[in-house]
Amino acid sequence: MTSVAPSTDRPPVSAGPMVPHRYRVVDTRVELAEPRTITLALEPVDEPLAPFRAGQFNMVWSFGVGEVPISVSGDPTVAGPLIHTVRGVGAVTSSLCDARVGDVVGLRGPYGTDWDVSSATGHDVVIIGGGIGLAPLRPVVDEVLARRDDFGRVALLVGARSPAELLFAEELERWRGRFDLDVWVTVDRAGSGWHGDVGVVTMLVPRVLGDPERTIGFVCGPEVMMRFVANGLLERGLEPGNVRVSIERNMKCAIAQCGHCQFGAAFVCREGPVFTYEQVAPLLRTREL
Amino acid sequence: MTKTLTQLLTEHEFLGDLDPAFLDLLAEHARAVRVGAGGRIFTEGEPADTCWLVVDGRAALELGTPGRGVAVLATVGPGQLLGWSWLFPPFRWHFDARAVTDVLAVVLDGPAVRDRCEADPRFGYELMKRFTELSIHRLQATRLQLLDVYGTEIHDLRSAVD
Repeated sequence: MTSVAPSTDRPPVSAGPMVPHRYRVVDTRVELAEPRTITLALEPVDEPLAPFRAGQFNMVWSFGVGEVPISVSGDPTVAGPLIHTVRGVGAVTSSLCDARVGDVVGLRGPYGTDWDVSSATGHDVVIIGGGIGLAPLRPVVDEVLARRDDFGRVALLVGARSPAELLFAEELERWRGRFDLDVWVTVDRAGSGWHGDVGVVTMLVPRVLGDPERTIGFVCGPEVMMRFVANGLLERGLEPGNVRVSIERNMKCAIAQCGHCQFGAAFVCREGPVFTYEQVAPLLRTREL
Repeated sequence: MTKTLTQLLTEHEFLGDLDPAFLDLLAEHARAVRVGAGGRIFTEGEPADTCWLVVDGRAALELGTPGRGVAVLATVGPGQLLGWSWLFPPFRWHFDARAVTDVLAVVLDGPAVRDRCEADPRFGYELMKRFTELSIHRLQATRLQLLDVYGTEIHDLRSAVD
């Protein structure tokens, strides 16, 4: 009888939905010193995940610590490492912020709905990000710029707490240099050395809206900020179905099984995170959710 | 082509669809002003007698504290209005204002506009509606600013618990 030894070179992962794929950190970039925010570039050790669409997220494991949902912040139109931008606020995210080149993390995904940038073809586009909310929107900017001629006027409005807490400063500088992209940045507080705007990001909306009826809005940031921005866009004439927001909830399984991310009747990990404002406006005003 | 004051007022967002007769009336008390970047627009404590309708550029409303520098409270850009202390007693500026970039504005003579409002209640009511709406928007924006939403947010828009 011939015995067959188990293969030692087979991938250590099965196709199970809860099993992470191993990814190696190939680059890190400090985005902000405080609050500590870094961008990780990741290459697959095992079979790579399926390609992501702008707005989707992955579950990211820091082995031995835990798993968190993090949106992909890289360019969906360019092949290369997977890019995640992480703000260190808890045990897992702080551990991920400590990752060094060569370290291995686990990834499951991509999950959730996307921004559906293609559906904005032929429309004006206004992209509004607040704080770390710019990270899930960077793929939208990249995708729109990759197909710039497919869209009408394109504007990017960015809000942050202070000039020192502006995310993606290099990209903002590059984007501001383009004639086909209208970029406005505002901060909540600043000293006299700041030459940009000071005030909430909603105040910038009137500057960029040309034809509200043919404008698609992409909004991401703290929920309160999104509510005010979305309402501001509606007041200016955008249709609720043309305003998209990205909702955050406590995602655990990411495959609509555990219910941790339930938001009304929706599972944010499956029906979201990107919703139209029309879908979620009543829920965003429900305190108990 | 140089625009007339009435054209500048007509196109200014704050005055929007104001009756043309009222716009002509305002134009009688208006002048175009340019302030170079860094220039002082008005100063805390001084008499407030002008209303600035910004046409181009960016102005900052500031509060300076001895030894603690200057805090920018808000900026005002094209289509926005700067200064309403001329509307109510004691008619003195509560903050400093400075041109961050070159500022082009239509400046209204505050006392003259006040007199017109008293003399013509319909004109006064139309103007006060706009100031009330503006002050509500500014108040809401200030409340949102005070919430410090970016300071309390969590690490990523997907995760509520880490």
